Amino acid sequence: MSQPFYVSPEQLMKDRADFARKGIARGRSVVVLGYDGGLVFATENPSRALHKISEIYDRIAFAAVGKYNEFENLRVAGVRYADLRGYSYDRADVTARGLANAYAQTLGAVFTTESKPLEVEIAVTEVGVSQDGDQIYRLAYDGSVTDEPGHVVMGGDAERLGRLAADAWRPGLSLPEAVRLAVTVLGTAEDGTVRAIDPAALEAAVLDRTRTRRAFRRLDAEALAELLATDDEDDDQGDDGSAGTETDAGADAGDDSGPAS
Amino acid sequence: MSIDRGDRLPPAFTTPGSASFTEFLASYAPELLPGRRHEGLVAPDAGTAGAHATTIVALTYADGVIMAGDRRATMGTTIAHRQIEKVFPADDFSAIGIAGTAGLAVELVRLFQLELEHFEKIEGSRLSLEGKANRLATMVRSNLGLAIQGLAAVPLFGGYDLQRRIGRIFSYDVVGGRYEEQDHHSVGSGSVFARGSLKKLWSHGLDADRAIEVALHALVDAADEDAATAGPDAIRGIYPIVAKVSAAGYEQVTTAELARHTEAIAAQRAARPERGGAS
Repeated sequence: MSQPFYVSPEQLMKDRADFARKGIARGRSVVVLGYDGGLVFATENPSRALHKISEIYDRIAFAAVGKYNEFENLRVAGVRYADLRGYSYDRADVTARGLANAYAQTLGAVFTTESKPLEVEIAVTEVGVSQDGDQIYRLAYDGSVTDEPGHVVMGGDAERLGRLAADAWRPGLSLPEAVRLAVTVLGTAEDGTVRAIDPAALEAAVLDRTRTRRAFRRLDAEALAELLATDDEDDDQGDDGSAGTETDAGADAGDDSGPAS
Repeated sequence: MSIDRGDRLPPAFTTPGSASFTEFLASYAPELLPGRRHEGLVAPDAGTAGAHATTIVALTYADGVIMAGDRRATMGTTIAHRQIEKVFPADDFSAIGIAGTAGLAVELVRLFQLELEHFEKIEGSRLSLEGKANRLATMVRSNLGLAIQGLAAVPLFGGYDLQRRIGRIFSYDVVGGRYEEQDHHSVGSGSVFARGSLKKLWSHGLDADRAIEVALHALVDAADEDAATAGPDAIRGIYPIVAKVSAAGYEQVTTAELARHTEAIAAQRAARPERGGAS
């Protein structure tokens, strides 16, 4: 039996972190932004079935970047966690904070004890009754949690795009404004040029606080195109824009997607 | 639950495979399943121990299904509840009504609603109407042990089939048998009388308004003969719960609309007050 080489704990953790970071940076970014009526999620994802953004519970949604099989597994665990909690207590007792904690413990445990860290970064979000009550928790591959103020960008060139989002975001954006900002951020290249992204190549959804029970709603290409096409002078009437799309995609949340697991 | 202690999510949560909440619950926290909780309980008169929910009627109409349930729950010869709800949305396109031991039935409904929502969230698509009906059969079957002891809960399931574009009704027995019903059906203590009424009043292609009226007539007839079924109570303003399920989704008929129908039914019956109340 040969002795394994000694590796210092610092080196071991650094290697694992580098490995996870590399995996996460390979994918496309996900943008989460707060707007006056809730939270909007957007990412470039040509697949209609393999989602990066999903519903967890009534007011809670999940967005992830990295390896699909790994974050899909966490997503399913999150749905089970939330449904079990809601079933044994009450629907009101399921919170994003509790779920973020469970995820953080899981990610942290895998990072330190298993042979390979999870190459994922996830956002657990919840809409409150007003924009002040919205919560966005960002969880890194090592289980560290950050409470983000109204906006977050994960995956790909997250740092640069995150700065763009932070500069342009303000509380009280309307839904068309928030969607346009998200798509602009996604399409901004390193030299500052902005490319237009075809709505059909985008995956987008909202947690809409005005909906009665399940706040999560996907925005299909048609609804997105309409939101993106809203002229600047319409911005004052942001409410009109959000009300208009509700009828478009409201009826069937599940129909536009095939099995995801 | 260890998930509340701030530990990492247990392996049961991250095991891939099942999109069923009931299966997950059976593997992780079986004590929370409605059927398992009273296992080993032996009481020959257990049937009278809890509140009993009574009559549910369902009928198809031109655009889908109408389901209605009265508001009474009894405990032996006493009225246990005057305002119990026995018709619920199972999901956006189906309704479930319950008869039998109220405590068990309400929990069965809660679990069934969650089962459908859980599947939808995990798979990203809805179960077919037939799939939902089969899931419900499995859940009723798991309750068999209790049913034999007198604690039976029997659902009536109806919904809009998005593939075939029609309303369909499914009934169940305590062993989990699933039977598709044509046109209309009723379950519960007053069902015999309600069924007779439905037979006479139901016809093909009813519009929503007339279908709601037929459902209310059936409940009034059931209440007439069955002590455990309540008719519409205009004095207290307690009306049956009536659900309308069509391509537009699940919709509960408003109290104002039910009050209007109830008045019309009362007027119609008052105009022909034959002895024995045959009208």
